[in-house]
Amino acid sequence: MRDVAVIGLGMTKFGELWDKSFRQLIAEAGSKAILDAGIEGKEIDAMYVGVMSSGRFVGQEHVGALVADASGFSRLHIPATRVEGACASGGLAVRQGYLSIASGMNDIVVIGGIEKMYDVGGTEATETLVTAADQEWEAFFGATFPGLYAMIATRHMHEYGTTREQLAQVAVKNHANGALNPHAQYKREIDIETVLNATSVAYPLGLLDCSPVSDGAASIVLCAAEKAKKYTDKLIKITGSGQASDTLALHARRDICTLDSTVYASKMAYKQANVTPKDIDTAEVHDCFTIAEICAIEDLGFVEKGEGGKAIDNKITTLDGSLPVNTSGGLKSKGHPVGATGVAQIVEIGLQLREEADKRQVKDAKIGLAHNIGGSGATCTVHILEVM
Amino acid sequence: MKEGVARFWREIPQRYNFIGNKCGSCERIFFPPREACPYCRRKSLGKMADIKLDGKGKIITYSIIHVGPEDFEEQIPYPIAIVELDEGPRITAQIVDCNLNDIKIGMRVESTFRRIQEDGYTGAIYYGYKFKPAKQIVTESKSALSSQDMCPLPQTKLQQ
Repeated sequence: MRDVAVIGLGMTKFGELWDKSFRQLIAEAGSKAILDAGIEGKEIDAMYVGVMSSGRFVGQEHVGALVADASGFSRLHIPATRVEGACASGGLAVRQGYLSIASGMNDIVVIGGIEKMYDVGGTEATETLVTAADQEWEAFFGATFPGLYAMIATRHMHEYGTTREQLAQVAVKNHANGALNPHAQYKREIDIETVLNATSVAYPLGLLDCSPVSDGAASIVLCAAEKAKKYTDKLIKITGSGQASDTLALHARRDICTLDSTVYASKMAYKQANVTPKDIDTAEVHDCFTIAEICAIEDLGFVEKGEGGKAIDNKITTLDGSLPVNTSGGLKSKGHPVGATGVAQIVEIGLQLREEADKRQVKDAKIGLAHNIGGSGATCTVHILEVM
Repeated sequence: MKEGVARFWREIPQRYNFIGNKCGSCERIFFPPREACPYCRRKSLGKMADIKLDGKGKIITYSIIHVGPEDFEEQIPYPIAIVELDEGPRITAQIVDCNLNDIKIGMRVESTFRRIQEDGYTGAIYYGYKFKPAKQIVTESKSALSSQDMCPLPQTKLQQ
């Protein structure tokens, strides 16, 4: 297997982008990453794009070719492939691009991730998102997406004594980080009372425990490490790439409070990178709901199982803590255009490792981790990036 | 998005009558029925036999839904739970016939046949199971739950 480097980063602002279309967003993110990498179109061997549900959100499938076309590459006939794994579509696209270079098939690959969610109303958006759950045996009986994570939260509180306040502090922390991110959907801090008093969505989760509906796109350029020197002085490699699956339905899992897909995907990535959770300097984890970040830091091995809530109390994961988590603001504050999320996480880790994260820069960040979840945990990707 | 009636009709044995299946190799029970046992895999092929479940169990976890899909709007707020059936499988279903505040982890429940959702005034009505408190309500306090009761591994329960 060949080593793979990240040589280009780009993303749009995330938010309610009424004036931008699906193709404008992906073209904007892609051209930023391509210009950042300093490559030309004819050097691109392949494109992979992560999209969850363009068919329902904008009535358009067949978006692999569309993205290549919209980015101005129709006359180059670049192989372009769409990858789908619900909210992990972006992470899967990154991994497919990574594998295609590591295998020796490609030298330079452009990865995109996008979702344009505001072209449909709130009800249609909610119903589209719940297609990531089990339609026949969860959604049919009235389970919603927040409801599934709420059931994880209820059980976590019961088993480990995790508190409503600890959940709320995750949102407070991520909004504080998002306030420093120019691309974030919500660039403002919130206090704990606001989170606790927010209208209930699915007990015990309130509105501010949930990531928003968002428009946005992100893109990265990957290159065979042996050829990356031509494009960059600071070599950032993907040293570990893991992916795992689990039962589609939450109720069929080994343990309601553990996302085994995270456990397995991270083990795969740690082993390949030859690092341990203690070596990670900063992480972007999939905080689609506040409870999801608590489970993630446990299942990634940053803290013991059940200690995630206490880690929030002890401020381990804040920007000045020993392991800053979601410096971008996370899905909660930066926004969650589902297909874009897994790619945008790599953009943030890349910025941190290049020391270009401005006010949210983590000191001496050398090893970063990106963790992307699909559904309530049926799909997970974990990538480890290192400065070489 | 409206789906064809066949999609609901073919699930009637499960949703009306709790028909699951049992692996002929390891005897674990599954609901909904599986094509292959995830423990025995190829050894289970052709040996998955239908079995009727009792529809009794206990609540493993729950939530109260305040923002729901269009088809469930009239029911809001409604409780949704993961119920562990006495035969082992866990399923997702609504809890009915009790106060929202009375719902607790560990609570004994039994299934009841109810309307789940409908395609507006003129469309099909879809039925299935919901759960109500068991006749003799036994609420396990947190301290009384053994460590095995706290989210047991499916295999430990399924081997009963």
